[in-house]
Amino acid sequence: MDAIRTDALTKHYQVGFWRPRPYLALEGLTLSVAQGEVFGFLGPNGAGKTTTLKLLMQLIYPTSGTAEILGLPVGSAAVKRRIGYLPENPYFYDHLTAEELLEYFASLFGYAGPERRTRASRLLDEVGIGAERRLQLRKFSKGMLQRVGIAQALVNDPEVVFFDEPMSGLDPLGRREIRQLILRLRERGCTVFFSSHVLADAEALCSRVAIVARGRLVASGALSDILAFKAHGWELVVSHLTPAALECARKSGRVEKAVPLGEDRYALDLPLSVKPEELLGELTAAGAQLVSLAPLRETLEDFFVRQVAAARNDRGLG
Amino acid sequence: MSAPRTIATVAVSVFRESVRDKVLYNLVAFAVLLMAASYLLGQLTAGQDIKIIKDLGLAAIATFGLMIAVFIGIGLVWKEVERRSIYSLLTKPLSRAEFILGKYCGLGLTLVVNVVVMVVAWYAVLAYMATSVSPEVRASWAAPAADPAMLRAVGLILVELMLVTALALFFSTFSSPFLSAGLTLGLWVIGHFNADLKNFEAVVDSRAAAWLAQGLYYVLPNFSAFDIKQQVVYAQPVPAGYLASTALYGAVYIALLLVASVAVFSRRDFK
Repeated sequence: MDAIRTDALTKHYQVGFWRPRPYLALEGLTLSVAQGEVFGFLGPNGAGKTTTLKLLMQLIYPTSGTAEILGLPVGSAAVKRRIGYLPENPYFYDHLTAEELLEYFASLFGYAGPERRTRASRLLDEVGIGAERRLQLRKFSKGMLQRVGIAQALVNDPEVVFFDEPMSGLDPLGRREIRQLILRLRERGCTVFFSSHVLADAEALCSRVAIVARGRLVASGALSDILAFKAHGWELVVSHLTPAALECARKSGRVEKAVPLGEDRYALDLPLSVKPEELLGELTAAGAQLVSLAPLRETLEDFFVRQVAAARNDRGLG
Repeated sequence: MSAPRTIATVAVSVFRESVRDKVLYNLVAFAVLLMAASYLLGQLTAGQDIKIIKDLGLAAIATFGLMIAVFIGIGLVWKEVERRSIYSLLTKPLSRAEFILGKYCGLGLTLVVNVVVMVVAWYAVLAYMATSVSPEVRASWAAPAADPAMLRAVGLILVELMLVTALALFFSTFSSPFLSAGLTLGLWVIGHFNADLKNFEAVVDSRAAAWLAQGLYYVLPNFSAFDIKQQVVYAQPVPAGYLASTALYGAVYIALLLVASVAVFSRRDFK
C-alpha cells in the first residue's frame, strides 16, 4: 500500500467577478509515494505545490480526480488521526502560548492529562523551543512560529507528515536542525512529503522527487535516475599540470573548460565523447598527477530550471 | 474522540482566546461603570430612581452583550481563515461541522460569563440602592430592588444574544467582517421592527409588497419578541408559556442558522 496516491488530481478556480474565467491551479496530477520515503515536491512559486497539499489535506476540493492517504480517502477522520501537516508560513492563535497550543492540538487527538503535557513538552524540546514556550505566540518570530508549526504537525506521532516549505523563515542552524529532524522521522519509518523550492534541501533529504510547474507534473522519480541520465561529460582534476600540456589538450578540442584551482591544479571539463583515460594518460606522461575524475552530472538545480522552462514554453505554445 | 468532546475542546479554546482579548474587558468594564453611574443618575430623579437603574442596567446588558456577540462573532471564522490558523486545525481529527459548533459554543460560553458578570454588578447596585433608602420608600416600590423576576428578561436577552451570535457566525462563514457586521446589525434592527412587516398591508396598496412583507415577517428573526424589559421593570407578569415559547423559537432559529453555517462552511475552499 502506498502512503500517498493521487490519480489525475485536478483543481480549477474561477477568477474574476463580472466575467469569471477558469484558472488552472493543478492539472491531472498522478503520483504515488511509498511508505517510509522522504519525497520532495518541487517547483517554483505558483507551480501548484501548495494547491496539491491543500487537496491532500482537503482544505480545498478537487475539480476532478482522486487522492488517497494510507489507502483511505483524504479528509476522513481515520486519515487525519495518522497524518501531520505543516502549512506554509503557519500562523496560530495570538493569545495562546506555544505550550497551550500544542496541548490544545494534542487534546483533539484525545490525549489527556499528563500525557498531553509530556507530549507537548517533548515536541517543543525537539524543535528547539525553550523557555519561550510560555510566551504568547504573538511575541514569536517567524522562525519560532515555523518551529511551533513543525511541532504541532508531529503531535500525534504521525505515519505520514506533510511539510509545506518547512525551511521557510529558518536561519542556517534552524535549517540544519529541521533536516536532522526529517532524517530522524525517516529512521522511525515515517513518510515525509515536503514541498520546497530550495533544491539543496531536496538533494540532501529526498529519495524521490516530483517537479511541478504551472500546475503540471513535469518530472518524477528517484533523484539518481533523473540526474544520472543527464550526465553530460567528465570533470578531471589534475595537479602539476604544465601550461604546455594544458594548451595541447585545449587545442585538440578535448577540454571544453579549464578552471585553475590554485598553484598548478586545474579542473578540466571534458565532453562526454572524450575518453578520459586517454587524455589522463597523455597528461600524466607530461608530468601531471590525477586528483579526481568524476562524471559531470546535471545538478538538480540545472534539471529543475530546464524542466520549468520547458513547461513554460509548452504552455506558451499551447 | 467523540463529537461532543471535540466541540467542547474547541469551545474552551475559543473561550480562552476571547477572555484574553482586551476589547472584551473594556466592553464589560464600560458596562459595569454605566450601571454604577446609573445609581448617580437615579439620585437626580424624584421617585423614579429604582426604575432608572433597572432600565439602564437591562439596556446596558443588552447593548454590550450585542456588541460582544457581533464584534467577536463576525471574526470567529473569518480570522481563522484569513490568518490561516484554520489550516492546522482542520487537518486534526475535527470535522468542519465540529469546528463551527465549537466556535459557536465557545462564544456562547463567553457571552454567558460576561452577562453573568454584568448581572452581578447590576444586582449589586440595586442591592446597595435598597439598603440606602428608608423602609417607607422601599414599600412604595412595585417590586423589590433586586427582584429575581428580572432574571426572566436577562434570560431572554441571553437567547437573543445567542441568536445574534448565530447570525454573525453564519455571515462570517462566507463574507468579510465588515459585511457580516452590517448584515447582522441590519437584521437585528429589522428584527426589532418585525411586527410592522406583518401589518404592512395597512400602509401600502400593493398586494405584492404586502405579501413580500408578510413573507419577510415569517423568515426574518423576530427580535422584538425577546424584549420584555418594560414588563419586568414595571413588575408586570410575564407568562411562563410566553418565556418557554420564545426561548424555543430562538433555539429553533439558532439551530437552523447553525445547520446553514455548517452547510456553507463544509463546501468552502480555503484558497
